[in-house]
Amino acid sequence: MANKFFVAPSPHVHSAQSTQSLMRDVIIALLPALAVSVWVYGLNVLLVTAVAVVSCVLFEFLIQKYLLGGASTIGNLSAVVTGVLLAFNLPSNIPLWIVVIGAAVAIGVAKMTFGGLGRNPFNPALVGRVFLLIAYPVQMTSFAKPTAGQYVDTFSGATPLAAVKANLVEVSDVNLLNMLNGMMPGSLGEIASLALIIGGLYMLWRKVITWHIPVAVLGTMALFAAVVAFMKGGGSLFYELPAFHLMAGGALLGAIFMATDYVTSPMTHKGMLIYGVGIGLITMVIRLWGAYPEGMSFAILFMNAVTPLINKYVKPKRFGLMSGK
Amino acid sequence: MKTFPLGGVHPSDNKKWSCAKPVEVLELPDVVNIPLGQHIGAPATAKVAKGDKVLTGQLIAEATGFMSANIHSPISGTVTAVDMQLNGQGLRQMMITIKREGDEWMPEIDRSAEIKRECNLDSAAIIAKIKDAGIVGMGGATFPTHVKLSIPNGCKAEYLIINGVECEPYLTSDHRTMLERGEELLIGVEILKKALNVEKAIIGIENNKPDAIAHLRKLIAEKQFAVTVEPLKVQYPQGGEKQLIAAVTGREVPPPPGLPIHVGAVVCNASTSVAIYEAVQKNKPLIERVVTITGKSLKEPRNLLTRMGTPVAKLVEMAGGLPEGDVKVVNGGPMMGRAMVNLDSPVTKGCSGVTVLSGKEANRVEAETCIKCAKCVSACPMGLEPYLISKMSKKQMWDGVESERITDCIECGCCQYTCPAGLPLLDYIRLGKQTVMGIIRARAAANAPKK
Repeated sequence: MANKFFVAPSPHVHSAQSTQSLMRDVIIALLPALAVSVWVYGLNVLLVTAVAVVSCVLFEFLIQKYLLGGASTIGNLSAVVTGVLLAFNLPSNIPLWIVVIGAAVAIGVAKMTFGGLGRNPFNPALVGRVFLLIAYPVQMTSFAKPTAGQYVDTFSGATPLAAVKANLVEVSDVNLLNMLNGMMPGSLGEIASLALIIGGLYMLWRKVITWHIPVAVLGTMALFAAVVAFMKGGGSLFYELPAFHLMAGGALLGAIFMATDYVTSPMTHKGMLIYGVGIGLITMVIRLWGAYPEGMSFAILFMNAVTPLINKYVKPKRFGLMSGK
Repeated sequence: MKTFPLGGVHPSDNKKWSCAKPVEVLELPDVVNIPLGQHIGAPATAKVAKGDKVLTGQLIAEATGFMSANIHSPISGTVTAVDMQLNGQGLRQMMITIKREGDEWMPEIDRSAEIKRECNLDSAAIIAKIKDAGIVGMGGATFPTHVKLSIPNGCKAEYLIINGVECEPYLTSDHRTMLERGEELLIGVEILKKALNVEKAIIGIENNKPDAIAHLRKLIAEKQFAVTVEPLKVQYPQGGEKQLIAAVTGREVPPPPGLPIHVGAVVCNASTSVAIYEAVQKNKPLIERVVTITGKSLKEPRNLLTRMGTPVAKLVEMAGGLPEGDVKVVNGGPMMGRAMVNLDSPVTKGCSGVTVLSGKEANRVEAETCIKCAKCVSACPMGLEPYLISKMSKKQMWDGVESERITDCIECGCCQYTCPAGLPLLDYIRLGKQTVMGIIRARAAANAPKK
């Protein structure tokens, strides 16, 4: 017979999704925010992103080839995602050699040390960012001024969060519309609030992520901000503080793209909600009472560490049992 | 629209290849092989020997105990062997081989086209007739129907649910049966209601079969059957017994040893309901069934009324033969069917279709590393964590997988279907489940009071 027979246990069909297709969708979802950033900061944004992506892919390839052995995994595009996310967490005017160091830490230390994709306990891009923030604090917090449109600098080059924290401006002075369309100083990928939300909706539609983590993170932050504003006496602050906190700093980038990283987030919907609430709470505590103006990265990394514990104790609702266990 | 509460996936249903093809009668095979074990429970005991003459519909093997089923000759002719033969999976199994001579039926079988609605038998007599006719669940599980209908003490049936879901991709035999044998099906439901002494009978049909829903509703209104049709949102594995009960009644069957009857439900497949009508009203045992032969690359996908024991190769031939190149021939649908190595093996009572996958679809996707995407957890209709129990089974952590409820797994394949890393999750889960069930049985035997 001219046929070659295949035999295997069921199921015999497979969904169209693969690791590569999921990563490709994440990259597509990041493009609107990248485009806005180019509009706000100029072509330098593309240069920083390109250097981050190329270094991440190259480090993964080289480490796989010379240290770990085995087939190359760069085809699954996860290193590209790490590269784009790392770039999104950097100022647009950062020296390029710092970008390369960040990529080395992200891929070399945070990802490949543990065996590569699927085994890293912490979000690689965030480990890279936090390393750079501690090692090169000056370069990491000097932001270029937006160059597009008629931008009026109310923050003196500081991010809105830093400006409010240093009492340079009042929250009520901040132009929320500028924050929505990305006209504010900040890391190159975190400023475009609307574009990030569009990317998130795309990932929801393509079933790349579920709503649980972003909604838990952002909902907790908004509620926390509202409660604090209310206890401080409210006024106009009461209405603006939640919206300000959701659009300032890395809240949207973190909640939609960083906290939802598959490898480092919990496996059950209930666990995802706990994890998201934890990130929201820690972020707000750092923002309001901590030494740093922004706490998203630290909050996500902290909850990454708690993820194995959540996975151990938070079980899905079992069919046919009244309780979860 | 109703559906089951947890998990589920949406594989493309691929029903279009055969759903519009009316059922055709397949020509009689010259030789049939009848396996003695084609149902859940003990294999039947052969009642014929080499050289015996048999008629169509004659009992050739008798149920071995309660949890077993009778088997009847699908053709008339001479028994040429009662011996071990290869089944579809290439395993040796006891089968009765019959060489056909004409087609002479047992005289008590009513072969007229007349539809007989009136049934004056009581519950015990109905169940006895169903048992005699060797009826088993024809959706694929092949659970003996008389066992299902014998309600244990202390339980009460409240719902009779007819499974017309047919959630397996490709298969259309139940769909065609509902369209073409609707009235017989509904009389079967009436008989079952009487046997179970229940008031409520609900036919669950997925919404991708609007013609079947409309047709049955029309018949129910015209001929005044006390049955309702419940359209269900399309989602695999809705045809799973526990999922269907939850979708229709909102009640969840407890984990093993929990049974559907513990939540007051009895589920019966749509084609089985027609077979029950034939058994009770026409004295006809289960000797033929509708089999879908289908696949994207087949020249002529069909729905064929096939005598049991007909070689699968005959169906493939009727569909225009296998396509060139890589193929996988699946007994059943692509989600839960079994890949075949031997196409000369026979059609049995649980064979609702034969699906031919070809080209790239014939082989599995390549396995990569788990990226903890949690899609398997979201997809599991039983609320398990497939990535975890699969990994633990691979590491032979039997205590661990038992406490993670591996025995709840219904092997629907949603986890493996959805896994973007292409991991063989269910392979390891099956291994773990079988091992744990063995451990549980051994423990029960050790703890049993000594005589």
